[in-house]
Amino acid sequence: MNPRTTLAILAGKAAGGASRLLGRGGGTAIAGVAALRVDPHLVRDLAAQAGAGSIAVTGTNGKTTTTLMLNRIATAAGLRPLHNRSGSNMMRGVAAMLVEEASPSGSIADAARRLAILEVDEATLPEIVREVRPRVILFTNLFRDQLDRYGEVDTVARSWRSALGGQGTGDRGQPGTESLEPGLPTIVLNADDPAVAHLGRGYAGPVVYYGVEDASAGGDAVEHASDFRTCLECGADLAYTVTFYGHVGHWRCPSCGNARPAPDVRITRVATGDDGTEMTVATAEGELRVRLPLTGLYNAYNALAAVAGAAALGLPREATVTALEGFSAAFGRQERFQVEGRDVRVMLGKNPTGLNQVLRTVASRPGRKRILFFLNDGIADGRDISWIWDADYELVRPQTEWTLAAGTRAEDLALRLKYAGFGDEVAIEHDTGAAFQRAIEAAPEGETLYVLPTYTAMLEVREIIAKRAGAGHFWEE
Amino acid sequence: MSSMTLRVAHLYPRLMNIYGDRGNIMCLRHRCEARGIGFELVELGIGDRFDAASADLIFAGGAQDREQRNVVEDLLATKADAVREAVEAGVVLLAVCGAYQLFGRFYRESTGAELPGVGIFDLHTEHPGEKAKRLIGNIVVEWDGPAAGFHHEDRARRGVPLQAAGTIVGFENHGGRTHLGAGVRPLATVRSGNGNNGADGTEGAVYRNAYGTYIHGSLLPKNPAFADHLIALALGRRYGEVELAAIDDRAEERAHAAALRLRP
Repeated sequence: MNPRTTLAILAGKAAGGASRLLGRGGGTAIAGVAALRVDPHLVRDLAAQAGAGSIAVTGTNGKTTTTLMLNRIATAAGLRPLHNRSGSNMMRGVAAMLVEEASPSGSIADAARRLAILEVDEATLPEIVREVRPRVILFTNLFRDQLDRYGEVDTVARSWRSALGGQGTGDRGQPGTESLEPGLPTIVLNADDPAVAHLGRGYAGPVVYYGVEDASAGGDAVEHASDFRTCLECGADLAYTVTFYGHVGHWRCPSCGNARPAPDVRITRVATGDDGTEMTVATAEGELRVRLPLTGLYNAYNALAAVAGAAALGLPREATVTALEGFSAAFGRQERFQVEGRDVRVMLGKNPTGLNQVLRTVASRPGRKRILFFLNDGIADGRDISWIWDADYELVRPQTEWTLAAGTRAEDLALRLKYAGFGDEVAIEHDTGAAFQRAIEAAPEGETLYVLPTYTAMLEVREIIAKRAGAGHFWEE
Repeated sequence: MSSMTLRVAHLYPRLMNIYGDRGNIMCLRHRCEARGIGFELVELGIGDRFDAASADLIFAGGAQDREQRNVVEDLLATKADAVREAVEAGVVLLAVCGAYQLFGRFYRESTGAELPGVGIFDLHTEHPGEKAKRLIGNIVVEWDGPAAGFHHEDRARRGVPLQAAGTIVGFENHGGRTHLGAGVRPLATVRSGNGNNGADGTEGAVYRNAYGTYIHGSLLPKNPAFADHLIALALGRRYGEVELAAIDDRAEERAHAAALRLRP
């Protein structure tokens, strides 16, 4: 191990420890920033030790849940994941996780059984591909999100293409570096998302497509919040025989013949209930039946992606089924808490497509609804909140009897809710703790309270909820 | 009052909708329906022809680069002449962000190549190159409402919200820098944020009843005075002087006031 790596690890551990002592969150980003400043290639050196290689997961929605599912599958298969599970998914977050796992001398314990499972920010993917050279790269979907940070959706699509292109153009095997796997990475693509499926065209390495075949799970109208409704080959309007959400569905271009690829891993039957989803997944090795304890079609997609990713990694099918059936929600993603006799469900919604899926899930549940909405405009949320006008808050209006608009942009949210029919002057509350207290008071004991925050609001409110429910801090999980 | 109808033509709602532009249409509809004014919406996509006499207000929003390229060709082929004719006849046009650039004379890429625009606004936009910063953030501008013949006293008399009068708030996100020619006047003066080019303190452009701006957020819902200004102008052409009744704007005023306090 080179001395620079050791220094970087020590710097990272010191910074992370200091941050935790000061109570500044998990210290996840700070440790990574400090370590990368000393050794910019730290991630390359540490990730290379993982004996089972690595998988990178990226896309607009579903990254956190999909990687957590992969983590549980890998664990059930007897591997020890190296996983940036705190959700810090830029290079510094990955670095921080590896620093935490490494000994001061720079070695990862039990390296032979290690599989790196990396949740990767959309814009960070090219850098991760360059540094880590994952065995498998899994793409979930691509939608507008944080336009002020990422730029246009097309910019993200282009950067993904070039990241994959670089893999095929002699970027690999530079002198002095040893490639663990001689071939190109396997890419695992959502066949139902035209922008993601397009990455497979002309890719020189192995491609695994996944998709939902069960058309009964979809509808026939394309939602407003769609970003790729024209053919990426010729520009003509795409035609859909079924749409599942946003621009995800069974699509084809009537003009040039570009069409949804036939998926290799596919949901042939899906039925979502009040507290779970039953799905049948067909793979090359046979059929899997899974009872997933999460609701919403978006979670069926997350599980499908995890099955496809696990298959691409060669993990055993039994491990996949066991892990998915025993799955509990990722941080703030349909996470459930008991607070003073109330069933509190935290469902992150941070962009129009993701929020629509959450709203649809809430609407499909029985009973009158009490909903605490948060809208923050922090850097990690995206400072531009205009996306709320693309989301369909109207979906939950009919069954909702109480609502409160909270967060740094509560006034904008209240105005959007007014337009959705929630009343001329929806109540607002800027203080997160006070907002949650009001919500608890509004929900009778034994009832469900839905908390629908954006990202930074989720971190804040979840901590408050977890404290009251008696759960620990997330970095102690 | 109830015999009036606002006819809105929305250009490329599927392709030009990147920054919550749907909110602008929702706002126009709400502010008409709350007053018993009829609201008709026609959505025009690729290949659809536009009849200049069919609309009182034309709206076009922002698009991604890829879709903007698809749009330009169609716009020039099937709609540009009719939009120009409508604007000359006093029809209201609201062009936000990408559409604002598109309705100018030309867009000069950082390579120097010039893409022709529709030429309704005497302005052009230049991309300063990939190294230059995009102009991104919250923006507050002081709107020169009175110069459009819509006086603050009139507004008070008509019950149009006064608190919002004079400022327009929202979010901007554009790489291109827009420079106005002699044939347009700026819509507003920048109080905080960047505006047309980040240099000359102007934001947006006005030519006859055509308004262009970089401000989204969505633009109209939390700028009710500006929304009403456009509605009154659009109806006024067919129905003569229009008095818009006061409606409940508490949530709108609250959002507007909060936006005035945001950092850029």
